[in-house]
Amino acid sequence: MQDLWPYVFIAVAGWLATDFWRWLGVLAGNRLREDSEAFYWVRSVATALVMAVTAKLVVFPTGALEASPLWMRLGAAGLGFAAFLVSGQRVAVGVGVSLVLLAAGLYAIGL
Amino acid sequence: MLELFCRFRPMVSDKSKTRLYWFLAGMRGLFSLPSLILMTSFVGFSAFALESGIPRSEAVFMTFIVWALPAKMILIGMMTGGASLAACFLAVTLSSVRMMPMVASIVPEMRSKGTPVWLLLLLSHFIAITAWVFTSQNIHQVPRPARVAYFAGFGMTLALVNTLIVFLSYGAVSAFPPLMAGVLFFLTPVYFIASIWATARHSVVRIAFVVGIVGGPLFALIEPEFDILYVGIGGGTLAYLFDRYVVRRKRLAAAGEGEA
Repeated sequence: MQDLWPYVFIAVAGWLATDFWRWLGVLAGNRLREDSEAFYWVRSVATALVMAVTAKLVVFPTGALEASPLWMRLGAAGLGFAAFLVSGQRVAVGVGVSLVLLAAGLYAIGL
Repeated sequence: MLELFCRFRPMVSDKSKTRLYWFLAGMRGLFSLPSLILMTSFVGFSAFALESGIPRSEAVFMTFIVWALPAKMILIGMMTGGASLAACFLAVTLSSVRMMPMVASIVPEMRSKGTPVWLLLLLSHFIAITAWVFTSQNIHQVPRPARVAYFAGFGMTLALVNTLIVFLSYGAVSAFPPLMAGVLFFLTPVYFIASIWATARHSVVRIAFVVGIVGGPLFALIEPEFDILYVGIGGGTLAYLFDRYVVRRKRLAAAGEGEA
């Protein structure tokens, strides 16, 4: 029983705590029509949430990137996005430019 | 893609075969860029679990049963801090509210008339941020009756393969060198930024994109406990209202003038 405790812990605090929201999402989403105003609103909320999480990864990173200056990360992400727009929205260009700039910057500060 | 499917349809004898075809097509999503990025993140996760003193079996169990990567990072952080079950449950619950609108915005595109609710409930487990991005981008290329099969093929494969990756890389890869770890970490946000913008099919997505990207870090400073919720529900609602009453109205007016 003692051995099982960590798994019960993970199942309750991890699985139930996340899947509970996924189930509510199914029940709510199942009532939405794809072309309704309510659907556009849900889509807008979901996109804003995902982008907030994404932007926080750039601004408040964990691990190795914590040592890098904020302007470097913002610059790499911003110039990469500009290159993406200029190139006719090619995802590979945006990602490539961002990563090369960041790698050069990290190398320059001796990481 | 759709035309191709229709052209080849007579060759396929029954419905179950076409579903199998799309299930396999979903499985092939494992080799897409977002999936490959996620796999490197899970190599990093197994190193993080090891460093935090979480045994391999628990890390593997967690990968499959929780699936959302940020939720697992929070869970491990709380567990190693010696927090109680109730405190862990609360922290993970609060951080996972975003699952609800994410799932709710995928379900109407995924289901068809006869899709049973239990199947959607079961498959919803496989939605996390990467699967959400991949599915919102690709599900339109799949004929409606096969979409659930397509997502099942993709979502289940991605979760199982990453569970296997955690099992195999635990202890084998201690950590990436700092420069490589930094670049790999950066891959996730810059990929999401470019791909979500590129595949936005409605003006509201681009407005919400801007609101989220500015509001996320801003509210993290002002209200770090509930920042994501404020930006999501508050910012997302503002973006929707702006789109509906300013952007779409302008477009309608412009179209009207064009006609006159």
